[in-house]
Amino acid sequence: MTTIESAPLVPSFDAEETDRKLAIICSKGNLDMAYPGLILANAALGEGVETHLFFTFWGFDMINKKTMGDLKFTMLGNTATHMPQGLGGLPGMTSMATRQMKKAIADLDVPEVPEFLQQIADSGGHLWACRMSADMQHLEKEDLYDEVEDIISASDFIEKTEGAQMLFI
Amino acid sequence: MPVTTIADHDIHVDAEGFMTEYDEWNQQLGAALAAQIGIEMTPEHWKVVDFLRTDYKDQGETATLRRVSTVGGLPTKQLFVLFPKKPAKKMAYVAGLPKPRGCV
Repeated sequence: MTTIESAPLVPSFDAEETDRKLAIICSKGNLDMAYPGLILANAALGEGVETHLFFTFWGFDMINKKTMGDLKFTMLGNTATHMPQGLGGLPGMTSMATRQMKKAIADLDVPEVPEFLQQIADSGGHLWACRMSADMQHLEKEDLYDEVEDIISASDFIEKTEGAQMLFI
Repeated sequence: MPVTTIADHDIHVDAEGFMTEYDEWNQQLGAALAAQIGIEMTPEHWKVVDFLRTDYKDQGETATLRRVSTVGGLPTKQLFVLFPKKPAKKMAYVAGLPKPRGCV
């Protein structure tokens, strides 16, 4: 059916101008658990939402220069692979599973973790490191990815993200 | 499918207003679409739109921000300056293409 509109039909990109804010706490260092936060942060930024990521505990592996390019995926303890659990414990299985997952991600043209963080920073996203995790792992700011703005306490993060929608991953 | 009139062009659009017919687009219309969303086209804007249109023709799909930066060579930071807040959708709109369907 064809209808003729009198006023031009234009997407309302700025109609719903809000001060929407999103805060994502990344607490895991497995390859498969790194991506949900990154993908959601990237999507939120593309929608004009102010986005903050807070890396804590194992999530520090995502911003630690030594580990960020080398996150792993393991079948162990993950029943969603629908493989016998004993298989996951065999030598070499974690690196094989990691390789396969990395390939599947790359096939979708989704970047690896360091490049993804760069894309998020370029899109205006804010990256914060957790003070307690830094102290526990004896890491300083120079050990962390360059786009990490600062190492801050949990309370500073809560303060910075006042009014934000919060995701814990 | 609705038809709407922008700058004296009758164009087929989807429910949100994105153009649905690749061949109904031309540069003059692109500039008029941009004006509708508060963007004044510059040579930098056209570089992005030209890439999107060419890439769509090749791939049959609207490029995501990542593709525009990695394949088109136009930095992400700049895209957010040229098409503020919602660059992927705004670029697609001006280029007369559907919204990108990819997540990244």
